[in-house]
Amino acid sequence: MKKVGNYFSKFFIILFLCVQMYPIIWLLLSSVKSPSEFSLRAVYALPEKLTFSNYAVAWTAGKMGIYFRNSAIATLVALLLIITFSAPVSFAITKMKWKLSRITLTFFLLGITIPVQVMLIPLFIMYKNVGLLNSLLGLIIVYSAFGLPISIYLFVGFFKSVPNQMIEAAVIDGCNIFAVFTRIMLPLMKNAIATVLTIQFLFTWNDLVFSMTFISKMDLKTVQTGLMYFSGQFGQRQWGPTFASIVMSTLPTLLLYLFLNKVMIKGLTAGAVKG
Amino acid sequence: MERMLRDKKAIALFILPAIIVYMFIVFVPIIWSGVYTFFDGVPGINFNYTGITNFTKLFTDRLFWQSLLTNLKYVGVVVTGQIILGLLVSFLLLFGIKRYNVLARTIIFFPVVLPTVAVAQLFVKIYEIAPQYGLINSILRVLRLDFLIQPWLGQPQTALWAICIADIWRAMGFYAIIFYVALINVKEEIIEAARLDGASGFALVRHILLPLIKPITGVALVLSVTGTLKVFESIVAMTAGGPGTSTTTLTIYMYNLAFKYGQYGYGSTVAVFILVECMVFALLINKLFLKDDKA
Repeated sequence: MKKVGNYFSKFFIILFLCVQMYPIIWLLLSSVKSPSEFSLRAVYALPEKLTFSNYAVAWTAGKMGIYFRNSAIATLVALLLIITFSAPVSFAITKMKWKLSRITLTFFLLGITIPVQVMLIPLFIMYKNVGLLNSLLGLIIVYSAFGLPISIYLFVGFFKSVPNQMIEAAVIDGCNIFAVFTRIMLPLMKNAIATVLTIQFLFTWNDLVFSMTFISKMDLKTVQTGLMYFSGQFGQRQWGPTFASIVMSTLPTLLLYLFLNKVMIKGLTAGAVKG
Repeated sequence: MERMLRDKKAIALFILPAIIVYMFIVFVPIIWSGVYTFFDGVPGINFNYTGITNFTKLFTDRLFWQSLLTNLKYVGVVVTGQIILGLLVSFLLLFGIKRYNVLARTIIFFPVVLPTVAVAQLFVKIYEIAPQYGLINSILRVLRLDFLIQPWLGQPQTALWAICIADIWRAMGFYAIIFYVALINVKEEIIEAARLDGASGFALVRHILLPLIKPITGVALVLSVTGTLKVFESIVAMTAGGPGTSTTTLTIYMYNLAFKYGQYGYGSTVAVFILVECMVFALLINKLFLKDDKA
């Protein structure tokens, strides 16, 4: 009986794995099919030979190259700012002694629960007034600000796990508070920084709502908005390049996941598991 | 030492950059959104104070109620799917697979990290009917189930359900892993004791494991419900709210009000409604799952 149950659950787990994997495999295979294959053979058929022309079309005619550059700039700068802003404030909240530290933490964590839609209209009007619409700087600013709550949440958890004796020892050795932070704490935060960076990379790279609201110029669109535009424009007729551009938009995430899946899974589920 | 940790200047230097950015970009807009709900028109051009008109308008606005209903249908189906499948897969991971467990978890979680737009576009192709059959319609063709072939995303009867399936697929792994982590944290002794008492298989799950992971189930429900109430990107990228208004949820309705029709005040009112909705549901679920814990 136990054996039957065992096979039963093995069967279902394999079924689930197939369901999770097959669409992605289908996507990868479809992106290397030649145009004639789409019209002549069934869509689930394996590609006859690998053609990478779809990627070339998507990259140049589909402007994916431009979108990639925009996304890369916005994401990298935003990530840098997120770390520069969130690490010090988390350190001050967990390790330093001041009256409003708890309230400050709550104030930041509030941002996790509030839907983006609530801020969207006022932000749009604010941006319009100061001329930040259609600029990568505008995107970088929202990405860094909206990245703070979860980053601070993660950093605070990591700082808490560092014993206070480490600070005491450093102070006895003659460190001032800034040296404690930069020379003692930050090197200990390597894992925390890696977690925050990967999680925030996902949020920033995957963003649609801000970029579609604040950017309307073709040459400033990011990968996700560009992908929407591209498949809206050519998706019906040009399946190959559409699949290629979908693959390209996910490629950075896919590569990161290949190497950092543990960090990503831990970081994304951290909030829930700690309750 | 003590004095150093109370150094006001150092604290200010550490916290001010983050506070200023957060204040202006996240916090102030929340306040403004609240203020906008009492106005009509476009700020800076013809913004007029209208009192509570926007709120009374909500009650008579047929499209608002329709979007709310669509939204709740979506929440109901997707939350059920995510939680039930998540639980099921977590138990399968716990009991069914030993040697390749890490690999299986990595695969199950993978869709969670993919860009929403990319997944949505992928599903558009999966559901496609013209100019070529997509994945589903071609498979139906092979199975000689031609009568089932249809424009899954292109007709009001099926579009919302098709979106639900795509979103369950995308997020199910997240819940599976949350539940799995909770399950492996259950003390080995408890399971051993239950086994000695004769509980096995289904009884073990039903009477021992499920009650033990109830707090996590509460957290998962809050995440799933608030996440689905706020659904926006996947629908925008699959149907943009159509055909007609059949997949227009509240967030999409709000977005169209503001950015298509320039009704910033009324749009803000719907946005604030979404916020209140999220908070009410979160509190309700917390109450249900915490009350039982004490008993």
